[in-house]
Formats: sequence, C-alpha cells, structure tokens
Amino acid sequence: MRNDMFSVLRRSPFAMKKAAQYVVRFGAVVACLLMFAVVSPNVAQAFSDEELRNIAEQLNVKSATKKVAVIEKMAADGDPRVAAILKAMLEGDLYVRDSDEHVVIATKKGKVYTHIDIVSGEQAGESLSKELSKIKINNRLRGALRDALATLNLFSPDLTVRTAAVEQVMDARDPAMLPLLLRAIDREEDETLLARMELAQATMALAAGETTEERLSAIEVLASETTPQIRAVLSQFVASAEAEGFEPEVVSAAKDALASVEGRLSTWQTVGDVYRGISLGSVLLLAAVGLAITFGVMGVINMAHGEMIMIGAYTTFMVQQALAPFLPSGSAWSLIISVPVAFLVAGMVGVVIERCVIRFLYGRPLETLLATWGVSLVLQQAIRSIFGATNQQVTAPDFMSGAVEFSTGLVLTYNRLWIILFSVIVVAGIAAVLRYTAFGLQMRAVTQNRRMAGSVGIRTGYVDALTFGLGSGIAGIAGVALSQISNVSPNLGQTYIIDSFMVVVFGGVGNLWGTVLGAFSLGIVNKFLEPVAGAVLAKIFVLIALILFIQKRPKGLFALKGRAVEA
Amino acid sequence: MTDYRQKYQMTPVVGWLLKDRGGMILLAILIAAAILVPIGNLLMPETSAFHVPTWMLSLLGKYLCYALLALSVDLIWGFCGILSLGHGAFFALGGYAMGMYLMRQIGDRGVYGNPELPDFMVFLNWTELPWYWYGFDMFWFAIVMAMFVPGLLAFVFGFLAFRSRVTGVYLSIITQAMTYALLLAFFRNDMGFGGNNGLTDFKDLLGYSLQSDGTRSGLFVASCVFLGICYIVARGITQSRLGKVLIAIRDAEARVRFTGYRVEYYKLFVFTVSAVMAGIAGALYVPQVGIINPGEFAPALSIEIVIWVAVGGRGTLYGAVLGAFIVNYAKTFFTGVMPDFWLFFLGGLFIAVTLFLPKGVIGAVPAFGSPDRKSVLSGLRKRIADRRTNEGGKA
Repeated sequence: MRNDMFSVLRRSPFAMKKAAQYVVRFGAVVACLLMFAVVSPNVAQAFSDEELRNIAEQLNVKSATKKVAVIEKMAADGDPRVAAILKAMLEGDLYVRDSDEHVVIATKKGKVYTHIDIVSGEQAGESLSKELSKIKINNRLRGALRDALATLNLFSPDLTVRTAAVEQVMDARDPAMLPLLLRAIDREEDETLLARMELAQATMALAAGETTEERLSAIEVLASETTPQIRAVLSQFVASAEAEGFEPEVVSAAKDALASVEGRLSTWQTVGDVYRGISLGSVLLLAAVGLAITFGVMGVINMAHGEMIMIGAYTTFMVQQALAPFLPSGSAWSLIISVPVAFLVAGMVGVVIERCVIRFLYGRPLETLLATWGVSLVLQQAIRSIFGATNQQVTAPDFMSGAVEFSTGLVLTYNRLWIILFSVIVVAGIAAVLRYTAFGLQMRAVTQNRRMAGSVGIRTGYVDALTFGLGSGIAGIAGVALSQISNVSPNLGQTYIIDSFMVVVFGGVGNLWGTVLGAFSLGIVNKFLEPVAGAVLAKIFVLIALILFIQKRPKGLFALKGRAVEA
Repeated sequence: MTDYRQKYQMTPVVGWLLKDRGGMILLAILIAAAILVPIGNLLMPETSAFHVPTWMLSLLGKYLCYALLALSVDLIWGFCGILSLGHGAFFALGGYAMGMYLMRQIGDRGVYGNPELPDFMVFLNWTELPWYWYGFDMFWFAIVMAMFVPGLLAFVFGFLAFRSRVTGVYLSIITQAMTYALLLAFFRNDMGFGGNNGLTDFKDLLGYSLQSDGTRSGLFVASCVFLGICYIVARGITQSRLGKVLIAIRDAEARVRFTGYRVEYYKLFVFTVSAVMAGIAGALYVPQVGIINPGEFAPALSIEIVIWVAVGGRGTLYGAVLGAFIVNYAKTFFTGVMPDFWLFFLGGLFIAVTLFLPKGVIGAVPAFGSPDRKSVLSGLRKRIADRRTNEGGKA
C-alpha cells in the first residue's frame, strides 16, 4: 500500500497540493483522516470544498427521487468526505442549519446538538434542536444510501472492506455504480479482488452495457464462473432479455452461458450430495459397525446398542469435564483420551450385559431382543437419573471446528471430514482385529462351528463375552465421534438404533463389508433424495425401499451362503 | 381347508370354550365388568362405596383397549411366532380412522367454525377436504375403515414379507421400520392428519357428548364386548385345525412347508386378522382418551405391547389380557407416584420376564402353567442345561 500511496502522489501533483493544504489547516486529528484520504486512490476525483457544500445542500429537498439522484451524484465522485456525510444521513444525523442553510452533521449531547462541518470535518458550533431541520430519509433512501456507501467502500484502503464492498455492489447490481466500479477496477492491485470486481462489472454490463460486444464479453466472463449467484444473474437476464429487446446473439449467448453454468453447478451439487451422503454414511457406519459384530457375528439382537453409543458419548463428556482444569480450551487431548476410555467403559458394560442376561438367551433371538430392550430402558433411565434429561455440552476441539468453503456453495465442515476419516480407521481396525489377532481367529472359529471350536480348546463362553464386549466397545467409540455432531442426551441411542439395524440388515448379516457398503449406500441415497423430497420424506422413502429390498433379498446384500444360514 | 370348516362349523363353539378355563374366567369377568362398572358409575351415588368414578371408568376402558391390542399380538406371536414390533401402527391407524370421524363430527363447533374442514386444515390454509377424508362423516364408514386400513396394510406388508420368507428377527426389524416410517409420515403436516398435534378436541360420537358419563359407560361396555368377541374369534382360530398349523409353523416352519402347507398363506391370514383386531382396539381407544397423535406409532410403544404379552404369558390369549392390565396398571401407578422409577421397572420387567418367566405370570400359576415347570429357578437351570447340550447345533 505504501508503494501505492507514493505512486498516486507522484502521478497526481494535485493530490499532493491538496494534502498539504489539509495538513496546514487542521492539525493532528485531521491529519489522520488525511492519511486516509491520501492513501485512498480516489483523491484525484475529490470535490472542491465549494462543490461539496453546494451538492450537499441539494439534499435539502422534499422529493425522495431527487434525493436519490443527489446521493448517486455525490457517491459517483468517490470523495471520502461524502462517505461521512452519507453515513450521517443514514443514521439520521444530517441536518440543515436554519441560520445559514448549511448542511451539518449534528450529534445530540444532552439538550445541545454539536455541529460538525461537512466540508472541513471540524466542529462548527452548537445549537438547540429547533435551530436545525433534519434531512428526512425513508426506506428507499436508506437502500440508496447503503448502496452508495458500498460503492465508496470500493476505494477503501482496507482490503477486507473493499472485498465486502464488491460483494455488496454485486448483490445490488445497480447500473449507476458501473462508472465507479470501472474506476475501482483501474486502481485495484489485488488479483483475486480484481477478478471479483470484473465479475461484478460483468453482471452489470450484461444489462447496462452499451454495445453488443460489451454484453457478449460480459457474458463470456460470467460463463466462466460457477456460483449460484451468477446463475441467478444469468437466468434473470435470459428471462427478461426477449421482452427488453436485446440482440438475438446476446440472448443466445446468455442462454448458452446459463446452460454451462447450470451444468457445472449441478455437477457440484452432485459432488456435494455425494459428500453429504458419505458423511451421513460414515455416521451410520460408526453406529452400525458394533451392531454388525454382535448381530452379524453372534446373532444377538442387541437393542441396547444405541445405549452403548450413548454411554460412549457421556464418557466423552465426563473425560472432558475431568480434564478441563488441566488442558487449554480447544485442546484435542480430551477427545483423544476419550476414545480408549469410551471403548473400555462401553465394552465393560457390554461384557456385564452378556454375562448377566444374554448368555442365557442364546439361540432365542426374539427373547434376546426383548431383554436387551429392557436393558436399554434401564440404561437410559440410569443416565437420565444421574445426568438429568437435558443435553450435555461436549465442546469441539479446535481442529474439528471450522469448514472449507467453496464459492460454488459447497461447504465441507471439518468435524464431518474427521468423522469420515475416523470411521474408516475404526472399520480398518476391526477388520485387522478379526483377521490378524488370535482373538479374531477364535471369534471366527466360534461363529463357524461352536462345538468344534470348543473341542479344540477355545473357551466359547469367554469368546462370546469378549465379542459382545468388542461390539459394545466399538459402539462406545462411535459415541465419542457422535458426541461431536449430535446432542449428548439420554435419547442419543434411540436416534441411531433403528438406522443401525437398517444398515446391518441391508448390508447382510455376518459381513463387515456389507455393513460398510450398506451404510454408505443408505447415506448417499438419503442425501440424494433429500433435495427432491425433503429430509423427512427422504427418510420415509429409504425405509420403504428397505422394506421392499428385504423382500427381494431377505438376508441382505451379502448373505451368508450354505447351511449356516438356516441354523 | 374345506373339511376342517365343515367339521368345526358343526362343533358348537361352546364346546371348546368350556374347555378353556382361563377364557371362561376372562369372559365372566368381562361380562360382570360390562354390567357392574357402568351401574357403579351411573346409578350409584357418589358417596356409595360401590361408586365407580368416571376417571376410573375411562382408565379401565383404556386398559381394555390395550388388552385387545395385546390379544392381537399374542395371536401372532404366541401362536405363529411372528414377533411384530410394529403392531402399534395398526392400532394407531384404527385410531386415526375413528379420530377422523370424530373430527368431522365437530362440524362448525371448531375454533375456526368451518363446517367442512377440521381446524388444523383451516390453520394450514387448506380450502377443501382431501379425498381420503371423504366418507369419514359417516360412522359406519369410519368403523369399516378402522378395520379395513390396518387389515389392508397388514395384508400387503405380510404378503410381501411372508412370500419372500422374511422371518424371525428380520421380520421384527422391518415391522419396526414400517411403524417408524409411518411415525415420520404422520408427523408431516402435509399428510393431512394434523401433523404433530394429531387429532383432538373431539365433541361427540353418534350425537352423544364424549364428556358425558353415559357415553363413556357405553364405550366401556363396547370395549368389553369387542374384547370378548375378539377373544372368542382368536380362541376359535387357535382351536381350529388352522390354529394347529399355525402352532406347527411357530415351532418348525421349514418342516410345515416341507409337508406341503403354504406357510405364507397361514401367516398372512393370522397377521391380517391380528391387524384388524389392533385397528378395532385403536378405534375404541381414541374416543376414550380424546386424542390420537403420531406418538402412537413410536416403535418403543410397539415393543412395549410385546412385553404386555410376555408378562401375562405368551400363547395363552387370556394371559395377554392379564399382562396388559398388570403392566399398564403398574405404569399408571409408577408414573403417578415415582415417574423416574417407571423405566427402571419396565426395563427390569423385560429382563426378568424373558429370563425367569418365559411363560409369563400365567405360567407361574400352577393351575395354568405347564406341569413340568416346578419353579422359576429350575426353569432357568434347565434352560442353561439345554443350551449346553444344544450348543454345537447352532451356528
């Protein structure tokens, strides 16, 4: 910016002279304001004092239309003092002094109004309210003022202010701002912002451009963009183009551009849907994968599975509470520590349930279902009695908050990204345990042939308990992840239990990959239906589709084959 | 099929009813209640010891509806091994059919005073009645629909499920999915069933005010009568040869199929009958409690029905009725006295009954229980022993 300042000064001796005048006239405070004026590139276009005073006095008319015209004229010149005037006007602080018909900015202090001269910016006397008459504004004027201020911000030295101003100009699409925008484009040095400015210019030039070439080049600029905003601009133009009598080649070019923008946007929409689907799928996967073990491998219907998730989430809460005094806020450690703790807590509860209830009910799945439902009610009520029915606050660590945003409207939140990653790790871990550890081997042996496994010395009851513990522990881990995206309340488990069952049943019992595929396909189908049918209806459709699917493949996508199925 | 009909049409119903000791007791109690409770409510002065207050009348009427619902679940679970976790859906559909009739009966007495449209439709800016509300201004139509709609749903659902041999746990889970889907659907305002709030603010039934003791007594008697009739029908089905096939299906479905029976038709028949009974229960329930909302579709509620049956004694029919009364009385008691304890109790009941009382309360009564089951604990011991011997057989 410093370079910019000097180059402006070098190029424009007038500005230098002006600056010198200011310094002499107003002292230190105004010097600051002057820095602003000098730095901003618009000094070259400033009004002379007299002009400014005259044009400001024109604001003292009744007609709002005339006021708007004056405001636009003032703003078009890009004088920094105009910004102060218009801001005061917007806030209702702009008055006409009855004594000399001068426009002043007046602020009330007690009963007395302090006047500030609009030209010099310094204090210019005091008065009571009756000596002033307010320059009245209405909603239409407020809009015009805001737009005008936005245009003036185009010349702000602050990059963020300029960026915001460009966005505002783009939203307003007022052709009157076009000349000013062009001037801003000439002076802009920031590449990204320049591109935005050119885009904004194109949106205006589309309708307000003078020649066919101008319109065509504007369309060309627009066609290369992929945002919902540009789609709106183009479709608005196409809709009114015929009626307004634009050239046929412009209209057809606009239609082509619209089609290409829409095409790209819908691709992005699909990408977004797939992402959201995968995100939902990973949540379903986390919730269901523990169930896939207890239901799939052991044939035990664990209706208390949701409560294991809930226990995991509450463990996360407890760990966070316990560690809060020792860790800085936003630290990832409490969450990382929660994972093994939740696994152990939920896993232990699972082992207890298996030893006390489920082992008496093997081979009787319907009774198991009822008994575990009972367990789930007891656990829910226990949590409710201990922690209360209200939601507990689990804070997200810093690395999980925030999001990546694309201009196309796609937002990828970090917590969802982490959960996708986490679910993949968990499933890979389970697959590894089943495949490579001695426990996994024993588990598979008991699943395939319990008596034979027993004969070769595997303690089947022990393996049962540990398997159930593993499934429950994984549910606990899922609870850690889900505590980041849903309410930690006693009802947490209920929200996921039906979905988890659907996933396992859809994927096929006894097959981990079936569960993975089931979770992701259910998630994606759900998210693809949502924009069309709405969230609730999408869910209903998925449920109905599942019910019909089960008719076709009663044992799920990947059914176990052979005699084992019938047993 | 034909010969059993001929055979049993000639056998007097009274014959097998007299052999059914529990059933006789149940019917006797129902008849006595249908006569004495309304007398106690309407004729006895409030100071009398025999006076039945109106709230108790309503409560008992509600229990009777639950009992009918439990009976319908026992018919399929106890006798055919179909564990439906979605029977609340049929109950609620029956209830909605009755609720729609009651809504139309409000006429122009609603808040908005629209003679055609129920209040919630006016509130949603609907201008005309959706087609599926046509006919519900007629009582007979509503009653037919209260049976037909659950029956049709059960028929279609059962046809699809049983034909493709969805059994056991899978069936339980998809029945749960069914009621869950309906729950979500009925929560939607666009469905035209009052959304979240459901149907309520009923005024009268067949011209009689729902608030009056007379109407309430009438509904109570109707509940007794329908429970009695449905009990006899259910008992008739289970006593018939069809019932024997059902029990055979419950115990060894594959074998029944291999002996040449079309298992799916038997299941479909009993499932549909059961859904119709549940629909009747819902239709009787709604005027007595004065509201029907999507909450009745909640899967948790449907699972609760199963525990009524399990507590009373699965596969006995009268046990289901008893179980519904026991559990619901406990619910009324605990939610009143110590609401926090209720879920502990209910959850404990699920566990205890499946572990220690597989035949329910009825099974524990020596006169009704099976002779080989001396005590609760010996049963448990036997089960563990069974499991040890059977371990190898199960994959």
